Amino acid sequence: MHIMEGFLPVKHAIGWSIVAAPFVGYGLHSINKRVKENPEQRMLLGVAAAFTFVLSALKLPSVTGSCSHPTGTGLGAILFGPAAMAPIGAVVLLFQAMLLAHGGLTTLGANIFSMAVVGPCAAAVIFRCAKSIRLPFSLSIFCAASLADLITYVTTSAQLALAFPDPSGGFAASFVKFAGVFALTQLPLAVIEGLLTVVVMNSLIRFNARELQEMKVTTAQVVQA
Amino acid sequence: MKRYQNILLLVAVAALVALPLWLVKRPAAGMNGTQAEIFVGADDKATDLIGRIDPHYKPWAKPLLQPPSGEISSLLFALQAALGAGFIGYYLGVSTTRAAMRREVDTESRC
Repeated sequence: MHIMEGFLPVKHAIGWSIVAAPFVGYGLHSINKRVKENPEQRMLLGVAAAFTFVLSALKLPSVTGSCSHPTGTGLGAILFGPAAMAPIGAVVLLFQAMLLAHGGLTTLGANIFSMAVVGPCAAAVIFRCAKSIRLPFSLSIFCAASLADLITYVTTSAQLALAFPDPSGGFAASFVKFAGVFALTQLPLAVIEGLLTVVVMNSLIRFNARELQEMKVTTAQVVQA
Repeated sequence: MKRYQNILLLVAVAALVALPLWLVKRPAAGMNGTQAEIFVGADDKATDLIGRIDPHYKPWAKPLLQPPSGEISSLLFALQAALGAGFIGYYLGVSTTRAAMRREVDTESRC
């Protein structure tokens, strides 16, 4: 979902940076507050960041014949809420933009908005909805993580369609084209991300049940199951 | 079942990754004999699409550092994954040991 360096018109690049900045700022504030109140959660926050590092480095083949990568932001959004993921996602994107020529500084704002704001928010909302209709815990995690992954790529498609509307069909036609590249490729990868998030969550529940209950991610029933 | 859930999930992940490699066939070579590429990045495909929608668009910025070759680029991606996986492994190791020690304390206090 990385929009390449220089591939957003100046106005869009500046606009998305302005939109993304307050989320990163508020996210930093919320992480600081949380670590001050619960210093023992620092390690788990590191795990959320590490998961995003791993998953966004894995370029996987898809049935469309092209490669793309998962985002890994769902896990952290479920554990710490969506705000915490904005700065974490920003760090990952900055690393890739500076060292790997993957994404870019001019498109950083737009990329942060899709991967580190919209994705995590979607994950948190979907997880809460799934819990409220009493889906099994693992299934809730799977839905939240995989749909967040997919929604991230749909957002990128919309951002590109806004910047490059089709000369005849406008935004809608262009959106369909970009979604054909991004969202279709992402379908199996979203499933992979959902499954991997469940794997990590299972391990966390097994060995860190106490912490997760304190963070109100799980209940005693989930742990005993 | 619960015990094997993670192993089954990981097998499913491996199958999902391997399946496209087996299903997607390389398209026939073009007129001039150049081999068609498959499994290129979706990001690059989107960049091509921009070129087709607006052929006059010129990117106005260039990446600061371009990895000098595909090898160097994959080195950096591997480094990124290794850093993340290393930390997760470390944390799970710490957690496993801590959980085992807690159990030990619990059984001792019960005796």
